[in-house]
Amino acid sequence: MIQTVEPWVVLSFSAAIFSIGLVGVLIRRNILVLLMCIELMLNAVNLTFVTLSRQLESMAGQMSVFFIITVAAAEAAVGLGLVIALFRTLRTVDTDQIQMLRE
Amino acid sequence: MAQSLFWIPLLPLLGFLINGIWYMFFQSPANGRKAGATVPGVIASLSIFGAFVFSLKAFLELKGLAPEQRVLEQLLFNWMKVGELSLDVTLRVDSLSTLFTLVITGVGTLIHLYSIGYMGHDETPGKFFAYLNLFCFAMLVLVLGGSLPLLFLGWEGVGLCSYLLIGYWYSDEEKAKAGKKAFIVNRVGDLGFILGTFLIYSTFGTLDFANLKEVVLSQGAMVPAAVLTGIGLLLFVGCMGKSAQIPLYIWLPDAMAGPTPVSALIHAATMVTSGIYLLSRLNFLYSLAPDALHVIAIIGGVTAFFAATIAFAQRDIKKVLAYSTVSQLGYMFLATGVGAYGAGVFHVITHAFFKALLFLGAGSVIHGMHHEQDIMKMGGLRKYMPQTFFVFLIGWLAIAGIPPFSGFFSKDEILWLAFSSDHGSVVLWGLGALTAVMTAFYMTRLFVLTFLGKPRFEESHHDTHGHGHHDDHGHGHGHGGVHESPLIMTIPLMVLALLSAVGGFMGVPHMNWLAHWLEPVIPHHAVNPAVNPSLEWVLMGVSVLGAVIGIVFAFKVYRDLKSAEVLRKKFEGLHRALENKWYVDEMFEVLLVRPIQAFSRALWKNVDVAIIDRFVLGFGRVSQWTGQTVRVTQTGSTQTYLFMLLIGLVIALGYLIYGLV
Repeated sequence: MIQTVEPWVVLSFSAAIFSIGLVGVLIRRNILVLLMCIELMLNAVNLTFVTLSRQLESMAGQMSVFFIITVAAAEAAVGLGLVIALFRTLRTVDTDQIQMLRE
Repeated sequence: MAQSLFWIPLLPLLGFLINGIWYMFFQSPANGRKAGATVPGVIASLSIFGAFVFSLKAFLELKGLAPEQRVLEQLLFNWMKVGELSLDVTLRVDSLSTLFTLVITGVGTLIHLYSIGYMGHDETPGKFFAYLNLFCFAMLVLVLGGSLPLLFLGWEGVGLCSYLLIGYWYSDEEKAKAGKKAFIVNRVGDLGFILGTFLIYSTFGTLDFANLKEVVLSQGAMVPAAVLTGIGLLLFVGCMGKSAQIPLYIWLPDAMAGPTPVSALIHAATMVTSGIYLLSRLNFLYSLAPDALHVIAIIGGVTAFFAATIAFAQRDIKKVLAYSTVSQLGYMFLATGVGAYGAGVFHVITHAFFKALLFLGAGSVIHGMHHEQDIMKMGGLRKYMPQTFFVFLIGWLAIAGIPPFSGFFSKDEILWLAFSSDHGSVVLWGLGALTAVMTAFYMTRLFVLTFLGKPRFEESHHDTHGHGHHDDHGHGHGHGGVHESPLIMTIPLMVLALLSAVGGFMGVPHMNWLAHWLEPVIPHHAVNPAVNPSLEWVLMGVSVLGAVIGIVFAFKVYRDLKSAEVLRKKFEGLHRALENKWYVDEMFEVLLVRPIQAFSRALWKNVDVAIIDRFVLGFGRVSQWTGQTVRVTQTGSTQTYLFMLLIGLVIALGYLIYGLV
């Protein structure tokens, strides 16, 4: 008999991870950490998709997951590139120092 | 030929464009090369002369046609289509407008040539000639336009050019003001014109002259007389403005601030007669509105008399001529008002000849006297300016009504018809005859004071020279001496003198070529059968006698300035009133200008500043305040923005899920 995990457990878990990511994005000041937090949020969403896909017996959720993984990979590549460029010009990755768009 | 009618207005327009563009882009910029008067003047003269040639061609072609078919028409393009109204730009030449085109382009050419000499020392002759050509274009559109709106286009165009040319030397504030005054007074008249046009359209449903004539002749009798009178009077208000009749004549004397050729062309020969043209063009309409005609006759007669009184006491040579023009225009309206449109047109033509001659002669005097315009400081110019003296002599005889010069014939026809027409009366005739005597008197005064007697300018002239000649028309030659004008100025004068001398023969009583020629447009005028025809000769004798009396009297008075002084002392009060133009300007100032200014000031302070400005500035202040307040949210920190986004998202989601709690 295969032990199954109840969907609410997984959903709660992914909600928790999403919240951690969201709060991280809002309060942390290091851009690298921000990127990681965004990654957390994305994967929390993936988890939700997979869970619901299974529960609703629809492949659409799993399709979306693959897309999100692809996009996340691209995003990480571009995002890290930008961070490097930003660091080269400003010598910092602290968002408190990067506020040139003010007013 | 009908296909080349468009050249008549187009050539002056081309002249305007060439001179205007050349002036604007190549002469007027700071580093531009100044051009003398010669090249722009020749371009302008050639273009108007070309228009004259085409006008002559049109005239000859008309002459070749049978009298009833004497109309040439060219449709250029459709101007606009609005609802029922479809306006075409149609040029139409008939026996009336061909006379006007000939006068405009013919006299215009002479005046253009004259201007080459007169404006020789001007700073910006390119601009001057461009304006002059533009004026001719507008004037030709006015007389060639086949419908009322097209005529109005020309009507406004000449008004604009008049304004531009009166204020041509705009750095002199008086002159700029004179231009403004002309423009504003004309606006009052134009309002009447426009309202009249509207009334015509709403009554007859067409604005094209040919259609209008058909409609009026077939249905005019069914239209209430009050409407017809209203149309007639409203259009006449337009004429009052443009043709300087009481009470809107006040701008014309001030218009003399412009260069003298302008006074000759615009304010004597052509533009101011466009009112007569309009009334003659619509004579079929006016014949149905005898009340309107009556008003026109009275206003014309009174203007003729009133302006002549003012001319008695003016000292500025151009002002005398200006009031004389107002007076002669009054004559023309008197003729129109008694239904003698042909006589009015006849006087327009002869007046164009002799008044252009007088103005250009005066210009020659002013030119020779180095911009002295006060006739009290002239005298004895006969010796210094023999050619000008001679042509002025002819102009003087023509306007005074001495046979066989042109003014005699036209004036006499007007007087006779004022007496004998079924709209005429002894009073109108008396007014005209009295004015004729007065005209002879004040023109003789002008002539004697200017050309005869002893020179009175030596001391005054040396005086101006002692202070150096600051006038920007300072002379390069002659060095201060009074001199005759160059040939380019005297030749046009001589041509005009010839025309003034013989021009009257086109309308000799009982062999009246002109009246016959105009018949397709202006039906032959019936003489009141109750009037004894032999009276015509008596009245003619009376008017010649009157003119001679006026001349002799003026000679007696002004030959010797002492007797003039005695006369002046005797009528001190009257003289002062005349000198101040009956205080009409002051009256307008008190009755109209000041109240309007006070009203405007009240509106400005109480409405504009107190209410409208408060609103407008208030809006500005509110947005400024809002901006100042809200700008603190723009921290530049992406994470703050994200946080706000989140809050917004939560609120939006909350609203979507729970609705408004």
